[in-house]
Amino acid sequence: MAKKKLSNYIEKKNSNIPTLMLVIGSIVLVLLLFASIRLGATNLNFKLIGEAIIHTDDENPEHIIIMSLRFPRAFAAMLIGAALAVSGAIMQGMTRNPLGEPSILGVTAGAAFFVVLSLAFIPDGSMWVTMIASFIGAGLGVALVFTLTTISKGGMTPVKLALAGSAITAFLTALTTGVGMKFDVSRSLSFWYAGGLSTMQDEQLKYIVPVILVGLVIAILLSRSISVMSLGQDVAKGLGQNTLTIQIIGTIAVLLLTGAAVSVAGTIGFVGLVIPHIVRLIVGVDYRWIIPVSAVFGGILLLLADIVARTINSPFETPVGAITALVGVPFFLYLARKEGRGF
Amino acid sequence: MMKDRKFFGLIVGGFLLLLMMMFLSINAGFIKIPFDEVIDVLFGNGTEDNILTIFDFRLPRIFMAALVGMGIAVSGAILQGITRNPLADPGVLGINAGAGLGVVLYMFFLQGSAFMAQGFLSIFLMPIVALCGAFLAATVIYVLAWKKNAVNPTRMLLVGIGINAFCGALLIVFQLKMDPMDFTKALVWLAGTIWGSNWTFVWALTPWLVVLIPLAVYKAKVLDIMTLSEASAISVGLHINRERRNFLLIAVTLAGVCVAVGGGITFLGLIAPHIVRKLIGANHKKVLPLSALFGAIILVMADMLGRVVMSPLEIPVGIVVAIIGAPYFVYLLVKN
Repeated sequence: MAKKKLSNYIEKKNSNIPTLMLVIGSIVLVLLLFASIRLGATNLNFKLIGEAIIHTDDENPEHIIIMSLRFPRAFAAMLIGAALAVSGAIMQGMTRNPLGEPSILGVTAGAAFFVVLSLAFIPDGSMWVTMIASFIGAGLGVALVFTLTTISKGGMTPVKLALAGSAITAFLTALTTGVGMKFDVSRSLSFWYAGGLSTMQDEQLKYIVPVILVGLVIAILLSRSISVMSLGQDVAKGLGQNTLTIQIIGTIAVLLLTGAAVSVAGTIGFVGLVIPHIVRLIVGVDYRWIIPVSAVFGGILLLLADIVARTINSPFETPVGAITALVGVPFFLYLARKEGRGF
Repeated sequence: MMKDRKFFGLIVGGFLLLLMMMFLSINAGFIKIPFDEVIDVLFGNGTEDNILTIFDFRLPRIFMAALVGMGIAVSGAILQGITRNPLADPGVLGINAGAGLGVVLYMFFLQGSAFMAQGFLSIFLMPIVALCGAFLAATVIYVLAWKKNAVNPTRMLLVGIGINAFCGALLIVFQLKMDPMDFTKALVWLAGTIWGSNWTFVWALTPWLVVLIPLAVYKAKVLDIMTLSEASAISVGLHINRERRNFLLIAVTLAGVCVAVGGGITFLGLIAPHIVRKLIGANHKKVLPLSALFGAIILVMADMLGRVVMSPLEIPVGIVVAIIGAPYFVYLLVKN
């Protein structure tokens, strides 16, 4: 009974729009994926890409470029965009905070710090080392944010959270700079720090795909509960939700998604902020729609940003994190302006 | 009455502590100078080497640290007052990042040729560029936070955080295009380091502080009223927008000139005023001068630690301050 009433409440919007968005979004996503594979120093055409995907010829250099360079990169951009957008959506829903976002809250900075440590102390470690370091760092970041959210007196307002995040980021950045300077890895690090997909390889893709997929599945399974949580802790408890369990599972999902994304692509900010807000404007407040649509839109945004990063100053790469920040900050400012009163 | 005595006690105690820190700092560093030789030098009869080390390297740097510490701490105290938020700080608000962007752009377009060169003009060009960057950032923040003929303090904070991220992204883009030497210089500058350590800079910085800090203390009553609610400030006849703008101008100028010679030092503007408020209460007439004193103590100490801990490698002072300051910040956040 309660469930039915709730779904009546949150399904105010016309339910055709979300489906439509999902379909159109997916089509755009696939088109961008091909565009991303095609664009670059070596000009390729779509026919060649199709051939390479269906039947890879190891003798053909163009096929090799497609399968070992272009495809992993495009695919990674899509997945990482989806991961970041969904973890932003989860954080915004669970904390009821419009500024919930991994990079604003210091999660990515935590991951970055641990990656530096791993680079400094285990210089020839495998991909796994970086990955695990990134998870630990992201985990500490998430833990810090959520601990602060729950134990802070008078609750955690968006302003407090944003300030806390920027302070934690400043702190971790200071430590990262210190370690980087001491071990002379600053410059190699800074591109990573700015976020980039240029070094994406098959190998890395194999590591992150399962992790991100698990994270996305958890997020989708959890989406109904997140909708309830977004109505407020009291309402959620009143409707018989076990808020603590949901928070823990949600945190695990954020951890998997952000940790995997950061470990291979560095700190790419603002995707998790911008996308869920736009999606919420279009599909309404039901997280069962917000989460999948965010995943699709997040993939679109990062694919686009990556294409821009490669082409804007070709043949040099511009850090994709800088591009998402330059797009995301005006949006952040808009939010700050619009909702400034409520903070 | 009781509070007054405490205030003077703290001033005297703080001053003694500052002198002690400065004395310790003269002694510490790559070349260790024993205490008795330091005293000899100070009274005018030390060895030539020691005189050179102390008067040309150590002392200007220590004075610089003290001055920068004062400026940033007072700037932080003012920003906390006008935004009515205990967590404001020039670093968090994006003023440092604006100054940093100015410096990095300057280094980038002039290929670092003028940077650190000892020409009179180039010495002063850097701080001016940094100051311009700081003002530009502050202006953008102020304009964007402006809505319905007023500046909402919380919106100002959020806009500041946004500007911070924006400048950070641009910084990365330009930094990566630099050659490795300039890159390292920019990195060290951004991490906060007292690089302008000669007497010329000390004399260049002093007038700003001598004018602006007393001015802020003189107007402290206004700041007290502003920390009350908006309505009560208006009801006692305060022209709140104008006063807020004036104070913002003072705070940004202080932060700007200090960042220009001290690089991006975060958290100092946060922790110094907080320690002071804990000791003496919220009266800005007392908070501002004591913040200056404590800011100086903390920065002299941090600068010394940065020189000693990993000697001969120097840790930028900003990193030392951040490592000390961040845990305190988190504690504040949880407690508030």
